Amino acid sequence: MIPELGHLALILALLLAIAQAGFPLAGSLTGNRPWMTMARPLAYGQLAFVAIAFAALVQAFLASDFSVLYVAQNSNSLLPDIYKISAVWGGHEGSLLLWALMMAGWGAAVAAFSRNLPLPVVARVIAVMGMVAIGFLLFMLLTSNPFERLFPVPPEGRDLNPLLQDFGLAIHPPMLYMGYVGFSVAFAFALAALIGGKLDAAWARWSRPWTTVAWVFLTIGIALGSWWAYYELGWGGWWFWDPVENASLMPWLVGTALIHSLAVTEKRAAFKSWTVLLAISAFSLSLLGTFLVRSGVLTSVHAFATDPERGLFILLFLCLVIGGSLALYAWRAPEVSEGGRFDLLSRESGLLLNNLLFVAFTVLVLFGTLAPLIYEAFNLGKISVGFPWFNKMFLALAPFLALLLGIGPATRWKHDEPWRLTKTLWIALALSIGMLALASLPAISGGDQWVPIGIALAAWLLFSHLTLVRERLKHKHGSWRQAMLADFSGNGRSFYGMVVAHLGVAMFIVGVTMVSNHEIEKDLRMSPGDSHEMAGYRFEFLGAQKVNGPNYRADQGHFIVYRGQRQIAELFPEKRSYLGGGMPMTEAAIDAGFFRDVYVSLGEAVGGGDWALRLYYKPYVRWIWLGAGLMALGGAIAVSDRRYRTARARRTAPTEAVAAKA
Amino acid sequence: MSALIKSLALSALLLLGSGVASAYTLEEFEFDSPEQHDEFRDLIAKLRCLVCQNESLAGSQAELAQDLRNEVYRMMRAGQSEDEILDFLIERYGDFVLYDPPLKPSTYLLWFGPFVLIGIGAFVVVRTLLSKKQTQDDPLSEAERERLQALLDAKHAPRSPDS
Repeated sequence: MIPELGHLALILALLLAIAQAGFPLAGSLTGNRPWMTMARPLAYGQLAFVAIAFAALVQAFLASDFSVLYVAQNSNSLLPDIYKISAVWGGHEGSLLLWALMMAGWGAAVAAFSRNLPLPVVARVIAVMGMVAIGFLLFMLLTSNPFERLFPVPPEGRDLNPLLQDFGLAIHPPMLYMGYVGFSVAFAFALAALIGGKLDAAWARWSRPWTTVAWVFLTIGIALGSWWAYYELGWGGWWFWDPVENASLMPWLVGTALIHSLAVTEKRAAFKSWTVLLAISAFSLSLLGTFLVRSGVLTSVHAFATDPERGLFILLFLCLVIGGSLALYAWRAPEVSEGGRFDLLSRESGLLLNNLLFVAFTVLVLFGTLAPLIYEAFNLGKISVGFPWFNKMFLALAPFLALLLGIGPATRWKHDEPWRLTKTLWIALALSIGMLALASLPAISGGDQWVPIGIALAAWLLFSHLTLVRERLKHKHGSWRQAMLADFSGNGRSFYGMVVAHLGVAMFIVGVTMVSNHEIEKDLRMSPGDSHEMAGYRFEFLGAQKVNGPNYRADQGHFIVYRGQRQIAELFPEKRSYLGGGMPMTEAAIDAGFFRDVYVSLGEAVGGGDWALRLYYKPYVRWIWLGAGLMALGGAIAVSDRRYRTARARRTAPTEAVAAKA
Repeated sequence: MSALIKSLALSALLLLGSGVASAYTLEEFEFDSPEQHDEFRDLIAKLRCLVCQNESLAGSQAELAQDLRNEVYRMMRAGQSEDEILDFLIERYGDFVLYDPPLKPSTYLLWFGPFVLIGIGAFVVVRTLLSKKQTQDDPLSEAERERLQALLDAKHAPRSPDS
């Protein structure tokens, strides 16, 4: 009964979405106020019904109701409760429902937090979100109904893919989806502005916090996925250039360009149509990512069911969304004025170059991901595009981005003098060159030229941003600490958010450089009692024993790690066989540290108690995710800036009156 | 129901693909010198496991990957050079066996295509920058400016010049 209620709730949500897409928009075009005021209640109603459907599916999982096909395919009565919940989005249908839930959630959030916005704008934004919601709800109801029943009812479910039975992966998809779907808000704001024909700095200010929040979620989601791959897949890598990783990276790259471009649009009313194009691209790439993953065009561990009917639907939907929004753009954008004048050396120029580089990265990822398909389609042979290609391409561009990142924020809007900039940054530059020399010493670089380059670039980012903070506080009263605190609680949040995020980039660079060049990997066979020495650590293997988990059996190795004479860790890597079947899973054991990880993963039992296994020494690997965490934190700080809060508190007439004329 | 059967069949296939792996570790391949061992390791890291998703021959535990590793080992022991081994493998499996696609006419598109696109982007950016220098400052009329200011300036939030 409950699954049918869920199904019904989805149908009602679809009807509400249709109303949400229609009435407010029509009202905003004809000036019909009652129709426009329907936007908010419709958005709340949409959230309520999708939430009911979602709750119904969660209930089916918790009750192990295997009469529901989707539950039978993705759950098992032995599954721990937390994974029963995360199993809701462990497959195709459920992850779509999660997507729809988040879409409705973002819509309701826009409705709730846009009190200061003119009604026609709110109506249009919510209407555009309703249109996207129609697409997803229809997709679910027509091709991927999570509430489909199964008869006869199987006694037991087929279990959740063991790879997904993990805390990191339980929260990775929701974070990622929050980001993907969050870009739909930026998209909706852009389209609303195009429909209204009113693209101005106010528009940028309204959509900026939403975009940044979406970007923060996407950053966390991608970092979680990378972290999960590192500890769960058992071969110690943190990024594989897998098509699905690429699919999530592309919206992130364009989203990063977008949050920077929005800054220019807000501050200087420039790049307006370009910003709109980026907003459209960020969401389109989110959809494209979904298409690539779900349609089975690219095979990957993430690809769930491959079903031509679904692929066709997504393709049509994609064409409609991208084609429609680009057509609207082509129609409206030429009317947009392109903002003020700026010189070659100015903040605007720097941000334009930032955009060029981020779009270039996106092109690289898109090209590399699709190249095998293109080659096959045109009978040019089967080629393999993997990490070597991506790494080379990224390394060719990344240093320019890092160099620019030290200069751009120090540059003034509109016009700057080369000598002023030099005077500001020369200390940072000198210190970075010093770091370059220091890191070139063979003892640090290990003979690799990328190590000094990476370290120097990270140092450049650190010192140039410290300089910025100093410059900013130079003329304030009191000690620098007091000044900074006052500034932080005043109008400085977006500045400090930027500094934190950029220092995250520096940290990320150090992590990537060090782990790529100095990691040690050993692939060996050990007997119980054996010891192996690596990177100053001694690994003693005490043997392996059988252990039983709630829904798996495992061989569990026992290692003691010594540094010198001191025992620093006891590690228990596992090789698990899940009762639900499937491949055996490696559960690596990691002794994590700020400066290094020590990582053991069990391979195969070789006989006589011997095991084939891998030992890793991963210097600075945590800095990769900590860096990503800082980037996300920086975004969060920037969003808490006072001007957004006061903008929210303010409901005064001028805004409404002026924009209503639009 | 058919979907269930299909996915069951798929997981069975995956199981077969991963194979009941026989004993393997890279340490067990014996060479005369550590340098040769490193060379072997580097070589198999350049080769793609043909039946896996995005894994090199060095990382994969699939049966075919083990066979190929043994093959490469055998050829190295027989004194064949790296190039000879690569040529042999390319002949047998095509360029797909190489993780890093070689630079040749059919891959020019792959290696240079993105840079052509980036070049076009850079051209547009440079043109924009140059034209921005020439544009009239502030295309907004005075009335528009005032309106914009009213929109932007929160009464309670004095704006800092460069945040």
